[in-house]
Amino acid sequence: MSFPLLTATAALPALGAVATAAVPAARRTAAKWLALLVSLATLALAVVVLVRFDPDGARYQLTESHAWIKAFGVRYELGVDGIAVALIALTALLIPFIVLAGWHDADPLETGSRRWRPTQGFFALILAVEAMVIISFEATDVFVFYIFFEAMLIPMYFLIGGFGDRAHEHGEEAAATQRSYAAVKFLLYNLVGGLIMLAAVIGLYVVAGNFSLAEIAQARANGTLHMATSTERWLFLGFFFAFAVKAPLWPLHTWLPNAMQESTAPVAVLITAVVDKVGTFAMLRFCLQLFPEASKWATPVILVLAVISIVYGALLAVGQRDIKRLVAYASISHFGFIVLGIFAMTSQGQSGATLYMVNHGISTAALMLVAGFLISRRGSRLIADYGGVQKVAPVLAGTFLIGGLATLSLPGLAPFVSEFLVLVGTFTRYPAIGVVATFGIVLAALYTLVLYQRTMTGPVKPEVSAMPDLRARELVVVAPLIVLLIFLGVYPKPVTDIVNPAVKQTMSDVQKKDPKPEVEAAK
Amino acid sequence: MEKLIALLIAAPLLGAAVLLVGGRRLDRVGHWIGTLLSTASFVIGLVLFAGLLGRNAEHRTLIQHLWTWVPVESFQADVTFRLDQLSMTFVLLITGVGSLIHLYSVGYMAHDERRRRFFGYLNLFLAAMLLLVLADNYLLLYVGWEGVGLASYLLIGFWQHKPSAATAAKKAFLVNRVGDVGLSIAIMLLFTTFGTFAFGPVLDHAGSASEGKLTAIALMLLLAACGKSAQVPLQSWLGDAMEGPTPVSALIHAATMVTAGVYLIVRSAAVFNAAPDAQLVVTVVGAVTLLFGAIVGCAKDDIKKALAGSTMSQIGYMVLAAGLGPVGYVFAIMHLVTHGFFKAGLFLGAGSVMHGMNDEVDMRKYGGLRTYMPVTFVTFGLGYLAIIGFPGLSGFFSKDKIIEAAFAKGGTEGWILGGAALLGAAITAFYMTRVMLMTFFGEERWRSRPTRSPEAPSAEPAAEHQGEHAEPHPHESPKVMTIPMIVLAVGSVFGGAFFSVGDRFLHWLEPVTGHSEGDSPLSAATVTGATMVCLVAGVAIAWAQYGRKPVPAVAPRGSLLTRAARRDLYQDDLNHVVLVRGGEHLTRSLVYVDHTLVDGVVNGTAAGFGGLSGRLRRLQNGFARSYAVSMFGGAALLVAATLLMRAV
Repeated sequence: MSFPLLTATAALPALGAVATAAVPAARRTAAKWLALLVSLATLALAVVVLVRFDPDGARYQLTESHAWIKAFGVRYELGVDGIAVALIALTALLIPFIVLAGWHDADPLETGSRRWRPTQGFFALILAVEAMVIISFEATDVFVFYIFFEAMLIPMYFLIGGFGDRAHEHGEEAAATQRSYAAVKFLLYNLVGGLIMLAAVIGLYVVAGNFSLAEIAQARANGTLHMATSTERWLFLGFFFAFAVKAPLWPLHTWLPNAMQESTAPVAVLITAVVDKVGTFAMLRFCLQLFPEASKWATPVILVLAVISIVYGALLAVGQRDIKRLVAYASISHFGFIVLGIFAMTSQGQSGATLYMVNHGISTAALMLVAGFLISRRGSRLIADYGGVQKVAPVLAGTFLIGGLATLSLPGLAPFVSEFLVLVGTFTRYPAIGVVATFGIVLAALYTLVLYQRTMTGPVKPEVSAMPDLRARELVVVAPLIVLLIFLGVYPKPVTDIVNPAVKQTMSDVQKKDPKPEVEAAK
Repeated sequence: MEKLIALLIAAPLLGAAVLLVGGRRLDRVGHWIGTLLSTASFVIGLVLFAGLLGRNAEHRTLIQHLWTWVPVESFQADVTFRLDQLSMTFVLLITGVGSLIHLYSVGYMAHDERRRRFFGYLNLFLAAMLLLVLADNYLLLYVGWEGVGLASYLLIGFWQHKPSAATAAKKAFLVNRVGDVGLSIAIMLLFTTFGTFAFGPVLDHAGSASEGKLTAIALMLLLAACGKSAQVPLQSWLGDAMEGPTPVSALIHAATMVTAGVYLIVRSAAVFNAAPDAQLVVTVVGAVTLLFGAIVGCAKDDIKKALAGSTMSQIGYMVLAAGLGPVGYVFAIMHLVTHGFFKAGLFLGAGSVMHGMNDEVDMRKYGGLRTYMPVTFVTFGLGYLAIIGFPGLSGFFSKDKIIEAAFAKGGTEGWILGGAALLGAAITAFYMTRVMLMTFFGEERWRSRPTRSPEAPSAEPAAEHQGEHAEPHPHESPKVMTIPMIVLAVGSVFGGAFFSVGDRFLHWLEPVTGHSEGDSPLSAATVTGATMVCLVAGVAIAWAQYGRKPVPAVAPRGSLLTRAARRDLYQDDLNHVVLVRGGEHLTRSLVYVDHTLVDGVVNGTAAGFGGLSGRLRRLQNGFARSYAVSMFGGAALLVAATLLMRAV
């Protein structure tokens, strides 16, 4: 038997989480370094996955399969296609930056307490989330996927509820209340989504008799497994609902601004750049593959919801007074683009959506982490409390601007490529929806540049006049992200090469072909 | 030889990277690094130009393929450059004028502590602008298109500690983004129509697509052009853009970037030729803008804003010419080049005046400066003669051709467009004479100012903290600034004649753009005569108003039209009422709706379904155990339900 690479990639951060949690209370710094090393080692494993993966090979590669719960036909089945590989790489790439950015976020305020070890807990929870996210991307058994999709809520709940920004305008008491409200809201939304999905998972089992994605899809394709139209639709809705909560899609989005606002910036990145991607990923992998007909049936409604998300999220971002809430609503707008690309059912749309997931992860990380550095300096999340930062901290302002430009999809930076692919992929099939979505680019420029103008330009506010510029650790976090944004902006081919064959498969699952042009002018 | 094309872009891009990442240790040499790399790009341009001249007219298109950029099934975008006569013309204009303005900025920005960064941005601009004109497909052009927008944003807001500069920068970017929507949709339409958006196949097959599609594509390209080139209805950002340092106004907001829209239309000639309805719209936009800009230029007391109005107006001429089709393409580009010379020269002259006048921009506080800054006076004066179309100078040749072509459109349209162009020529003569008289002639109004007008516009920050009340001591600028002015003045004087003798420019550009002689109802001599009459009338009226009588230090109330023109024909008031205020209401109410309605309904529904609100309250007390219980409950439910299903 060959080395179980996929299991190892998920198990390493899981074991790392346990080890980090076990570090004695006094050795906080050791716990941080351990977490960083584990996350880097996981990244190394992810790179091995990336290298071993053959884009033109079988659909699922590096597969592992073991019987698990024989009574229900549950098998521990793992395998990756190009889409999963790209997202595993993104996850493994971002976690070290999240760890490094959150280096001091969980330092105890006073060193009195011995039993409570917040630092160890914080980093252990981050690694636990990483492990579960990675295995969710790998699972090709619906049941295994479901378990980790749900289990991920537990560490996330504690990360949101247990750790927040240091300073708070209404004092620590109020902050704790708001944090736990945000954590509970996050939990309940996702739990409800999960319960509905659970019903659909059981329903699927009843119909199909097993949980294997490949087997069910195969059986559906060659007609041995017949599903009544209404059954398929109900099951699809059950799955889709859970993913739409996670993604999040309008109108199920309201947990996200609360969660991102109350958690520390690295955890906010963990939510929007990593965990939420499981939702959009699952739409591609499970909804389209298991329920192709129902997916096509629901497409018009989903596209409309996606466009509403794009415009609505952007408009609300414009109206925010809190930096983190602004980024949260911007993310809602971006998730609208991802869902739009998936359900446009064109090669450009789906490749674009996958690329979008990767690029959005990197760009949001860059913007949000710099915002976190800014907030930690002034102790306020309110935009109005800043002004003229550019003058005192030019490097911080410059990196913030680049993160913002990535968020508004400036051509030359990575998000432009994916956003344009999604738009063009949508436009070829649904011109009107494509045009409306395109106006999102004006709104994106508006909320980004207004944020930059209000915080970074103008006369220097007295409260920020002594603000230090980015420190070495912070530069180490931001600089690689910026380099990646530029690199993938001018040369996205390494990612599209991996993703395209997988998208081709998905397109054939739903039996859709790209629309043909009016004139064949291309050579 | 095509291997050199990428170097054109690489040189200034390298400069931008080095200067912006290099940090403070480059502060002392940064401006020279920037100037050197800009000049290097110009020299490479000259080498390539010589290479093109050595070839037959039909073989002057060079293609350089670098790498595959975005490959997704039939959607194929490459990083490929195309150097032909059209892009070559732009390359020389951009790098030539660009290098001169780099040199000028060495002196102009000498006392700015962030000069290194300024040169980094200028280099970034050059790289993006060159990418724009060298791209071989529309998507790559888009990268340059927004790249110049970014550079423009950074440079307008260069003095970003001033709220007005930061606001102007943001406004420019946003208005341009509206235009970018047009470019985005145009590319998508090209893709659905032709299956590609590379210049070669699209322009070769343009004729075989349906006219409806082509009209839509052309109109979307026009929208993009309106944004970048400040044409009505997306003109409102250009006046505010004068908040940037003056060299920026000269390079980006006069000579090069704002002409990108004209480039886009001329480059897409094959599409426009097959969409006559769209062409008509292009000419109307051009004609309206040329009058709009000219009228605004008449009323401004801020020398840079007067010149900005003029820029808008002159680009209106180019757009009008481009809308006329093969009759006008060559002349649109010819006017673009000559305008690049004289408008850049005029702006540099204005900067030189401001440099000697404590950064004052209000022309009512100038006067009689010709003796104090003779070089500036002479170079500015030559630029002035060129722009109003004084016989023999650049503007005379290029503008006259456009007016002729407008009449040649034929029919009522021809008379209207030609009439507008003629009227524009008269107004141009008026406002430029006004600038000239108010600045260099008349009383020395900067001496002993008894009252300051309460809201004196000041574009440069130095005015805020230095010499507020001190009387300025006008002086000539240093050589590093005057030499570029002299070079540009030479271009303004001889450029038009050089291009026109033996129809040199026409023969050069025709293989790319095509050309046809129009069928004008008026003879060339008649048009020239009429233009001269307009010119003399404009100058005479200005002389009567500003030359014979003293210029009041505080602007008189003025007629209804003057007051409207001073407020840019109420463009911002309109935007404010419709977009800003409406938008604020919309976002504010949406924030409310999201907080109460959407959140409330979803929460409420959830609560209604599962009695979750009770659990919510308990969980809010922080009992993590109850979560564990609910998870356990869920798992138990799962097992039970599955067993049940199996049993059934």
